[in-house]
Amino acid sequence: MYTSLAEAIADAEAQRKSLAQVALEIESRDQGRSVEDIRAALHRALEVMRHAIEQGLTGDLRATSGLVGGDAAKLRHGAAGPLAGTVFREVLMRALAVQEVNAAMGVIVAAPTAGGAGVLPGVLLGLATKHRLTDDQLVDALATAGLIGAVVAHRASLSGAEGGCQAETGAAAGMAAGAATQMLGGSPKQVGFAVALAQQGTLGLVCDPLGGLVELPCVFRNATGAAIAMAAIEMALAGIEFAIPADEVIDTMGEIGREMDVRYRETAGGGLAATPTGRRLAKERLTQIKRA
Amino acid sequence: MVSILDIIGPVMVGPSSSHTAGACRLGLVARDLVAGTPTKALIELHGSFARTGEGHGTDKAIVGGLLGFRPDDERLRDALGIMEKEGLDWRFEKTTLGDEPEVHPNTVRITVTREHRHHVMVGASLGAGRIKVSQIDGYPVEVDGSHHTIVMVAEDIKGSIARISGILSDNDVNIATLRLTRKHRGGDAFMVIEVDERPDDAVGAALKALPWVKWTHRIDKVGG
Repeated sequence: MYTSLAEAIADAEAQRKSLAQVALEIESRDQGRSVEDIRAALHRALEVMRHAIEQGLTGDLRATSGLVGGDAAKLRHGAAGPLAGTVFREVLMRALAVQEVNAAMGVIVAAPTAGGAGVLPGVLLGLATKHRLTDDQLVDALATAGLIGAVVAHRASLSGAEGGCQAETGAAAGMAAGAATQMLGGSPKQVGFAVALAQQGTLGLVCDPLGGLVELPCVFRNATGAAIAMAAIEMALAGIEFAIPADEVIDTMGEIGREMDVRYRETAGGGLAATPTGRRLAKERLTQIKRA
Repeated sequence: MVSILDIIGPVMVGPSSSHTAGACRLGLVARDLVAGTPTKALIELHGSFARTGEGHGTDKAIVGGLLGFRPDDERLRDALGIMEKEGLDWRFEKTTLGDEPEVHPNTVRITVTREHRHHVMVGASLGAGRIKVSQIDGYPVEVDGSHHTIVMVAEDIKGSIARISGILSDNDVNIATLRLTRKHRGGDAFMVIEVDERPDDAVGAALKALPWVKWTHRIDKVGG
């Protein structure tokens, strides 16, 4: 797979193909699998994403600790709020829904990780209805997201324990931004700007889960990650260019991650996890898990 | 090599690809080393695995892997109960295996026993469900679970690699990578052979029949 977005963008432009096409061709060569076979696997992933959204929007799920759950359904049914009736709200509620399923040990697609699994399906499937997107277009978008994630994995990290939440929901926001920009007709270059714009908005994002659980703030951070992706998509499709290339933004993320104090890397030793309320809630909930 | 399906996937039971899916895969590799469900296991958790493993279900996931459940198996949620019901002698300990960056924050050492087989492996969950097994029985290795893999200990004799690759090609198995490590020249060699096709039992039997092969085992692909 590509290790640089610039290289993938150059190839796509030279061959007059989409980033999804060049990614699928390289994947096919690397893995010795046909493009159809890879697309079929991505279709299955799409189905799992849809199923998780449905499950999450019923509002009946609770995490093992009881700390989170039931909030996605509030966005579905609540009429209030400035975003009611908008595609933005469709995106937010789906991102929350998937992440609530994840916290409840339900079945999801890690994309790129479980902690950031809500952003990509939230953005892609939240946009799908309004823009009348076909499953084939969504699968292409997943392939592009996979390419972007692979570049991030190679150049920086996709693990909160290594790089903070910028490597999880941050990377997911970059993937979703690039994938959706392509899906909505953006050029390979615009995809690059979308990735850079989304990822720059999450630089420095710490991983500070209460009690170390993928619940709080993780669930909500998937919704805000989706919001950052939406901002990036809107800007990139409007022709806004970001001066620092995506690869360099990703490299910066990796560097910040390596320098980040261990308290801010999934250890529950800092950030929101270390607030008085954070500590109290974590203690109460973890005691509850042990009793159960 | 990172693939699209490593990033968009795995399909898995939540909540954490490092702590749940990756942990489950490490359990699956350890299970394969003893070719079945171990009767005895010591699971030593290091770093973030030790600190936050319990809430993430890392314990359930490793135990699920040792029981042979895949990362998307909803039985992972109940793995600890299943372990107790089966009366297995498996226990957890928190440990320190070294300092970062030499030791990844999500590292586990798993010691497994089944019948006459007894093995120790050290592996890490790298994020996004990807794993790296870094040590088997004290030998440095690199197994990422993305291929079917043959691991073996053999006397370090001339021509051994030619014989082994001959057996594989006779059985239509293509070698993707081959790594050999020795503790010293002329000592035992540890070989890790990643292959494209899943070798059948005949391959294992042919390898075991070589007089200078001391131990060999197939580890099934657990990722991708």
